[in-house]
Amino acid sequence: MSETVSAWQLIASGDATLFSIVRLSLSVSMAAATIAVIVGLPLGAFLALARFPGRSAIVVVLNGFMGLPPVVVGLTVYLLLSRSGPLGELGLLFTPAAMVIAQSLLVLPIIAALTRQTIEDLWLEYREELTAMGVGPAGQVATLLWDGRFSLVTALLAGFGRAAAEVGTVMIVGGNIDGFTRTMTTTIALETSKGNLPLAMGLGLVLIVLILLINAAAWGVRLWSERRAG
Amino acid sequence: MRAAPSDLPLVLDGVSLAAGGTTILDRLNLTIMPGAPTLIVGPNGSGKTSLLRLCMGLAAPSKGTVSWGGRTHLPQTRRAIVFQKPVMLRRSAAANVAYGLAQAGCPRALRARRTEELLDRVGLLALASRPARRLSGGEQQRLALARALAREPEILLLDEPTASLDPAATRFVEEIILAAAQSGTKIVMASHDLGQVRRLAGDVLFLVRGRICERADAADFLDRPATPEAAAFVQGELVI
Repeated sequence: MSETVSAWQLIASGDATLFSIVRLSLSVSMAAATIAVIVGLPLGAFLALARFPGRSAIVVVLNGFMGLPPVVVGLTVYLLLSRSGPLGELGLLFTPAAMVIAQSLLVLPIIAALTRQTIEDLWLEYREELTAMGVGPAGQVATLLWDGRFSLVTALLAGFGRAAAEVGTVMIVGGNIDGFTRTMTTTIALETSKGNLPLAMGLGLVLIVLILLINAAAWGVRLWSERRAG
Repeated sequence: MRAAPSDLPLVLDGVSLAAGGTTILDRLNLTIMPGAPTLIVGPNGSGKTSLLRLCMGLAAPSKGTVSWGGRTHLPQTRRAIVFQKPVMLRRSAAANVAYGLAQAGCPRALRARRTEELLDRVGLLALASRPARRLSGGEQQRLALARALAREPEILLLDEPTASLDPAATRFVEEIILAAAQSGTKIVMASHDLGQVRRLAGDVLFLVRGRICERADAADFLDRPATPEAAAFVQGELVI
């Protein structure tokens, strides 16, 4: 009980440590989601429209990778970035950049798979009409992405939520270094094992509120879009 | 307006269409000239929609050739089609028309004014900012007509545009079609409403099981059908 009170006090008093941790978490996850969108939207649209041998296999793998275990992604990126790994010379291991890389790999399949689904469904509906209007391939992609914009925003939020809530990759490639690569989730894990429950709970509350807000935003976008665009 | 080659006459020469072992259209010979609307009538499944898609160039014939103004590969800039269930883009009514204009090569600077003119032409100016998918069935058909007319088509292909509309909405759509016909657009329209044939048609193409059973002036077809199938159809009997 007293831990809950102290947790609220930490949040209410604007504790500097707590807020720097929240800030790092958000900026890492946002950067990861942004990168995943930049790569995932075109990739998803391409997979939705292109027909080539092996496409089905890629789609199945992509869908499966939506549930990629974060620790495995973390381990893979760790091996790539570790001093003896192929990208070891970049010296990125245990930096926020490494966390962004790992999380974007985690989120990319979510964005790409949801984009593929959205665009493919829309294409089934639009194909005849766009063909009859003589719309070329580039125009088709642009039209489908724009008309799928509300579903795609939902996909982005889902990806961001996944990144913000996971602990496995950031723990492994970030190293949970105090004041440098410590995020909400890694702090919760560490402080709980140390018995410092107020900070852990304070961060837990912030994280839950954040995830709720993201889902509320996704819900709101959907409602608004149904009213706006039908 | 554009110096594009003419799409007319539209000629089908020995055209057959088969899909999955089923013959949908069987050795059609057909010439469509400028003039009053041509209505394609016939029972469901007689091949009306397939014929329109061939005329648009959306499907390739299994046998025979389709040519527009003597060319078999003509970009579809001078023809337009309105499907039975037109797909509205997830945008406003005005944006749907503007999209059609953009695809037809209308310069950006002219689009706003042309959009307004086209919406006015189909009586949707007051609903310009309404999301297209929130419009009623009749309004969506009118919007689809505006989007098709944005292409300034020489040939306008219409697939039962009033099939699911009430009489008031039907009349509205028919007025738009007649106005387009009077301004020189060749209308080729599928229908199975004989009243509509009487109101709109210059000539009639009667299709049964993928074959042209009869082609005649509308008045002749309705009053003096030459074939037993056409006579039965005009009498309102079930032709399958």
